[in-house]
Amino acid sequence: MDEILTMRGIGKRFPGVVALDGVDFTLRAGEVHALLGENGAGKSTLIKLLTGVYDIDAGEIRLDGVPVRFTGPGQAQAAGISTVYQEVNLCPNLSVAENIMIGREPRRFGKISWSKVRQHAGALVARLDLSVDVTAPLSSYSIAVQQMIAIARAVDVSAKVLILDEPTSSLDASEVQQLFALMRRLRDDGVAIVFVSHFLDQVYEIADRITVLRNGGLVGEWAVADLPQLALVEKMIGKELSALERLEEQGRPSVAALERGAPLVAADGVGRAGSITPFDLTIHKGEVVGLAGLLGSGRTEVARLLFGADRADSGTIQIDGKPVAMRGPGTAMTHGMAFCSENRRTEGLVEELTVRENIILALQARRGWSRPLSRRRQDELVSKYIKALDIRPADPDRPVRNLSGGNQQKVLLARWLITEPRLLIIDEPTRGIDVGAKTEIQKLVAELSDGGMAVLFISAELEEVLRLSHKIAVLRERRLVEVLENDDAVDQDRIMATIAGGNP
Amino acid sequence: MKAVVRHRLFWPAVMLVVLLIGNTFYSPSFLKVTLRDGHFYGSLVDILRSATPLALVALGMTVVIATAGIDLSVGSVMAISGATACLWISELGDQNAVGGVLVAVALALLLSLVLGVWNGFLVAAIGIQPIIATLILMVAGRGIAQLITGGQIITVNSSPYKVIGAGYALAIPVSVIIVAVFVAVAAVLVRRSALGLLVESVGGNPTASRLAGIKSARYIWIAYVFAGLCAGIAGLIFSSNVSSADGNNAGNLIELDAILAVVIGGTALTGGRFSIAGSILGAVVIKTLDITIYTVGVPTSSTLLFKAIVVIALCLAQSPAFRAKFARRRSAAEATA
Repeated sequence: MDEILTMRGIGKRFPGVVALDGVDFTLRAGEVHALLGENGAGKSTLIKLLTGVYDIDAGEIRLDGVPVRFTGPGQAQAAGISTVYQEVNLCPNLSVAENIMIGREPRRFGKISWSKVRQHAGALVARLDLSVDVTAPLSSYSIAVQQMIAIARAVDVSAKVLILDEPTSSLDASEVQQLFALMRRLRDDGVAIVFVSHFLDQVYEIADRITVLRNGGLVGEWAVADLPQLALVEKMIGKELSALERLEEQGRPSVAALERGAPLVAADGVGRAGSITPFDLTIHKGEVVGLAGLLGSGRTEVARLLFGADRADSGTIQIDGKPVAMRGPGTAMTHGMAFCSENRRTEGLVEELTVRENIILALQARRGWSRPLSRRRQDELVSKYIKALDIRPADPDRPVRNLSGGNQQKVLLARWLITEPRLLIIDEPTRGIDVGAKTEIQKLVAELSDGGMAVLFISAELEEVLRLSHKIAVLRERRLVEVLENDDAVDQDRIMATIAGGNP
Repeated sequence: MKAVVRHRLFWPAVMLVVLLIGNTFYSPSFLKVTLRDGHFYGSLVDILRSATPLALVALGMTVVIATAGIDLSVGSVMAISGATACLWISELGDQNAVGGVLVAVALALLLSLVLGVWNGFLVAAIGIQPIIATLILMVAGRGIAQLITGGQIITVNSSPYKVIGAGYALAIPVSVIIVAVFVAVAAVLVRRSALGLLVESVGGNPTASRLAGIKSARYIWIAYVFAGLCAGIAGLIFSSNVSSADGNNAGNLIELDAILAVVIGGTALTGGRFSIAGSILGAVVIKTLDITIYTVGVPTSSTLLFKAIVVIALCLAQSPAFRAKFARRRSAAEATA
């Protein structure tokens, strides 16, 4: 295969940190190349160097054998390197055709020729087998389709190298398959695709080759067939899988050991029109309740109603046996609830504030503005949780924006843990974070429930739900269809069957 | 050294120094402060004194902008505040009665607070976009002020009232003392309580703040009320200084200078992190610039242009993106040379 892009001895330092050192990366035409590593390993930096967001400090980039140097994203794009990020960077209010052609509209006498815009965009989506009406507004399509439109635009602009940064993290299984079909088609057309993902199963499904980074250095490059998944994880975290295995051995929590008294929280016919059908759910002290279901099946909606983030329009919520009028998150917090949203950035952290400020935010909100936490108390709490959760770097005064995804997730957890909640609701806490941090968070959930905290645990990964939960509530199409005791009779297939709508 | 250069107030401070030095070329005694009749005199004192209303308005604006809002009505609130006080005093039998003047001041401030509550109501309770919500009072407020003054300029002859804007205490202008104390108290209140953090959080990420249990509406409301109060005091200082109330012109276009002061001070219009010290410095820079225009003798017809150019230069110097570009060009030029 032709080497279309080679990076040799790449180095990049930021004030006080060496982000990359001596990294090689080779990309061949017509391959899907997975770029893997834990958070903070240097993947994003490497991509930003490749796309001209940053300039390299050391090393050489060759494109088609010619040394290149990018000092801006425009140059990289002109040279044939396009990127599609996790969040779709398009304009939802414009039509699909406008989005595809924006910035390079065909003109006639200085006026945009709309018929040509539609023609060109239409031909493009047809060529890529996307069934999309190019005159419809982008927002009328699902995120998955929007992402594919973004990809279509990217390959249309410049079709040599396509970088996909976590493209599947907000897609459900069938959407992932659609995306992969598109990726395979592009690969067969000779496009070189860089695929960054935390989903290792997906990597094994789609990738031809894997490059692993760790701590800013290169670990190595392998053909997928030569690197079993377990070995890959070891390369990524650079240690034996002892921690992971221990959790595996520990097995699922014993339902029998859990003494269920009166429920801590009991939802009775709680629902919201257009969001989720009324459901019943009880959560006991020390119990982990897992919510399983496909993306968009109503998992998050259940959590939001319980926490008062959305107003329920039917049913009652009882806490300690007494009905509570949920007026908002404040009410839920006074009753000892905590909610870590799945969207760390948009609904969780205030990115420009420091780690310290983010951690104390919920506690301070509960105390109100006139009763500030003393600086000493802040230091005490913050350093305790930075240590307990191993937040890195352990600098409370660093803006939380500069932390990696896993560490941001821990900051969010710390924010709620210092409020000493009785019920902790965590929505997809392990999405998009590396294996090491994932294990730590799973362990933490198990410990918290052993300590008597009730946990409502939402995850798309069934394995994780099965491993941690005492009880599993399965959702399908915005309806809570079944609540299962997590005993030996329950396994992934059983839950899958319920999710899929087979006979429960 | 690097930390100093990277400090967000470095460039405004440099600009202030440059302006002051520039002035001394045109007027060698510019930096001289003399003690005459027990009062400090000099251009520096003039700058501080003339910056007092703007500094106050900028203080209120800072907190509002930190919530990701904006308050366009501050100029009108200034006019209403001054008009109310002057109307009350002009109706007094004895305009020099301290008690009467105090009542006038209290009335004016109370009204300013009410106007702030109104703005806060529109933004926080009804949910109107801040720029539209405060535009209502910006326009209507001028009308209210004119209604109060009856379309005339109310002139008062009250020595106690005059003290606020034109008096001296301990050789220092009273207005400067009022503003210094008010700013200091406000800064301590904001930073020692959790108000600053909660406001920054609400402005930085409203959704996340709500889910963290912060009652955003409350803090947004507080910000507008505070901005109203600041504008009210500024209005009193302004009208006291000229012993009159002009519903039409008092505080005209001050909202733009105030927004500029906040931006120069390093607070982003998108909300979040704010710097009170920065905004005060920004206000002083703007007033120094105004005075420079007179010292240098820029023709009246081109004063606004001159001001615009200086402001653009300052904003560019402050922008990390522009500095990076400039530095890159320069290093490239050195490499080829």
